[in-house]
Amino acid sequence: MSHHIVEVQDLKHTYPDNTAAVRGISFRIHHGESVAVVGANGAGKSTLLLHLNGYLTPQSGTVRIGDFPLTRETVKDIRRTVGMIFQDPDDQLFMPTVYEDVAFGPLNLGLPAEEVEQRVQQALSRTGVEHLSERPPYKLSGGEKRAVAIATVLAMSPDILVMDEPTSNLDPRSRRSLIELLAGFHHTKIIATHDLDMVMDLCERTIVIHEGRITADGPTAAIFSDDQLLRRSHLEQPLRMQVCPVCSKR
Amino acid sequence: MHMADALLSPAIGGTMWAATATGIAVCAKKVQKDLDDSKIPLMGVLGAFIFAAQMINFTIPATGSSGHLGGGMILAILLGPCAAFLTIASVLTVQAMFFADGGLLALGCNIFNLGVFPCFIAYPFIYRPIVGSTPNPTRIAIGATLGGIIGLQLGALGVVFETYLSGISELPLKAFLSAMLPIHLGIGLVEGLVTTAVVTFVWKARPEILQYSALSRPLGNLGLRKVLIGLGVAAVVTGGALSWFASSFPDGLEWSMAKTSGKEELEAPASGIYHLLAGIQEKTAFLPDYGFKNSGEEAAASEGTAPSWPAVDTGTTTAGLVGGGLTLALAVVIGLLFRRRKQTL
Amino acid sequence: MAKIESAFVDLSYLDTLAAGDSVVHRLDPRVKVVTTAIFLLCVVSFDKYAIAAMLPFALFLIVIMGLGGVPASFVLKKLAITSPFAVMIGIFNPIFDQHIVLHLGPLAVTGGWLSFLSIILRFCLTVTAMLVLIATTGFNAVCMALERLGVPKIFAVQMLMLYRYIFVLVEEGQRMHRARALRAFGRRGLDMKTFAHLVGQLLLRTIDRGQRIHLAMLCRGFDGTIRIRQQLRITGRDIGTLLLSAIVLIAMRQLNLALLLGQLLTDSLP
Ligand SMILES: Nc1ncnc2c1ncn2[C@@H]1O[C@H](COP(=O)(O)OP(=O)(O)OP(=O)(O)O)[C@@H](O)[C@H]1O
Ligand SMILES: [Mg+2]
Repeated sequence: MSHHIVEVQDLKHTYPDNTAAVRGISFRIHHGESVAVVGANGAGKSTLLLHLNGYLTPQSGTVRIGDFPLTRETVKDIRRTVGMIFQDPDDQLFMPTVYEDVAFGPLNLGLPAEEVEQRVQQALSRTGVEHLSERPPYKLSGGEKRAVAIATVLAMSPDILVMDEPTSNLDPRSRRSLIELLAGFHHTKIIATHDLDMVMDLCERTIVIHEGRITADGPTAAIFSDDQLLRRSHLEQPLRMQVCPVCSKR
Repeated sequence: MHMADALLSPAIGGTMWAATATGIAVCAKKVQKDLDDSKIPLMGVLGAFIFAAQMINFTIPATGSSGHLGGGMILAILLGPCAAFLTIASVLTVQAMFFADGGLLALGCNIFNLGVFPCFIAYPFIYRPIVGSTPNPTRIAIGATLGGIIGLQLGALGVVFETYLSGISELPLKAFLSAMLPIHLGIGLVEGLVTTAVVTFVWKARPEILQYSALSRPLGNLGLRKVLIGLGVAAVVTGGALSWFASSFPDGLEWSMAKTSGKEELEAPASGIYHLLAGIQEKTAFLPDYGFKNSGEEAAASEGTAPSWPAVDTGTTTAGLVGGGLTLALAVVIGLLFRRRKQTL
Repeated sequence: MAKIESAFVDLSYLDTLAAGDSVVHRLDPRVKVVTTAIFLLCVVSFDKYAIAAMLPFALFLIVIMGLGGVPASFVLKKLAITSPFAVMIGIFNPIFDQHIVLHLGPLAVTGGWLSFLSIILRFCLTVTAMLVLIATTGFNAVCMALERLGVPKIFAVQMLMLYRYIFVLVEEGQRMHRARALRAFGRRGLDMKTFAHLVGQLLLRTIDRGQRIHLAMLCRGFDGTIRIRQQLRITGRDIGTLLLSAIVLIAMRQLNLALLLGQLLTDSLP
């Protein structure tokens, strides 16, 4: 199923204030893969992700989603394929109620009313938040907001899920249920995060970014055991891989 | 700066409502047709921003009193006239609904005074020509300060004329003007300075934001003339219709009401002084909290419509007192009954 | 600052009330909006000395509040908070209008006091009407109703979004303000420069947020038109209620019911 491939080639991006945020990144992600993008603050993760759904157009290099290069003409279709989950769910939940929010996308697709209804219900039950459907988003907890944000994206039935720091601001329990939820999805997943423990649970492959360039790309286990590499990229081993300071066991 | 219902006749209130509604309709069309749909969420959050920003007070230099942002100019600079007008209108509407600010009858006037002048006069004719397509701090300072002053002077003029045309206030036009304009010169200056400071901050941190809005044509294809002519025509037509209506019924706004007979027409004593003082009270109340001062619905009330005295007929008075008392008692009883029912449920 | 903060507490309380269920809640929002408009028009058009004639309107409100489960304590508190302004404007009347219009035993009542009372009553009626509308309908439903009644969609959407993000931005503003206050060591008030810095920062964040929301919208197929599920359905019952309340309101406006009642009583007494 070649149409779920994500391919980025020599991508560069410089912001108007001359910050070179992405300085030549290339990778290829296949259907069904679950890939983590890790790196220090300001490494360029968010900037990279913004290219994957066409919010930023490549200044140089190319982005291909499936069989199409990302251009003005294809961007609309690509946005239907790539579902983006934002760091701050408040940015994603802009409608007056949860239901309205989840229905926003399907309504824009011009689907008939019954199908909209069905998609909304499905997305809400998939993320376990049906009971919230008439609530206004500002009356939800952080974890609920995140679940609803994911529902809004699922209602578009994307093939690829792109997530920017999905576990930030979550308490341990909400974080755990989010990880379980994500583990149940069979979509291609690309997750930018600082939560390396989650990466170990969810992603078989990891891409490390440092100052706008890829410093490593390979199996998660191999990368996380390379202490030197991590340190060079201003990262640390996930807690559960670190030597226990009390009992000196892993 | 808020127009108070107290000074407003329903005819003028209605006229301004009509003019404002037309403005909103025209601007809504324009924004909808606009290619830039990123403005839609931006308008929403900037409206909310105005609320948040107004929570924060600053000290007005050399006076020690505190003030807060009005925000009209900032919105116009960031969004362009039509989108800014819609945003200001929605902010004022929410304020009128939740905070009882301004009053609903005066809402039309307030949107007009605080929206039309900064968006369709001060911004396109003052700020833009001065700042041009290459903003820099000096130009921003001159443009925003002048824009703030002129926008508020016009707004004050609006208040004066709306009051004058309402025919309720006995205050001579000249006296009213000479009281309102200087006060609003001060307020406008402060608003201009604050606008300058905030816009300059944005310019320094992220020049591309202003660059972007500086490149767009302020009114697009619509043309300012069309907007102004449209607003003017709407105001004249509705004003004409309403005043015809009003004048063909002797009781002005009370045209809908069956008149009670035997009203003594007496000249209200000291009404001039009353209005002068009301004017002064208005002015002094403006300063400390001018942005979104409350004036309530009370309004229409404060100076009814006819300078006449109520019927002084003892029979009617007693009946009125008895009936009123009974209605009041009934209200209390019903209220209590509902409460009882709720508690037993 | 305190005023706005407490207003926000009320804002979310109104939301809670609006989420309730009652005969009034179940009415179509359009019916409630139109009824409120008629109510306000009737009240505003009374002449300046009207008091007794306005009281039936209070009765009307109390009935609706009872049916809709709007706690009187909340409304009274809200009125108490906002009334100083009405009192401030109205208090000039008794001072300047000393013409005595009636004697209540030893008490001489001036026109000023009458019109003052009238102002207060009018104020209470209009503010309460607005509160009752929102407490039984919810701001969002009011906006949807307005849209269906012909308010331009983009304006309705704009109000919906404004309301949605008031909560987010006020909190953000408060956080920033608190952070600054912690470093101000008790100095009150902001000088203009600090103010511009704080507000400018908030403005930049807001603009960024606007851009991110736009992106989120684009990701879900936004093409410049906001589509909202329309679930308003007007029933015969709604139309009946509207007609009934319109008739009642207009009757109360045209006929001085309290006076009639009083006349009936005083006439029947010997
Ligand atoms: N809108 C912008 N304008 C200018 N520079 C920007 C903008 N957004 C990001 N940058 C800069 O680009 C660089 C990369 O930022 P980016 O947000 O992609 O990093 P990140 O890896 O997502 O960081 P974090 O882990 O903190 O989210 C940073 O140096 C940042 O300051
Ligand atoms: Mg980031």
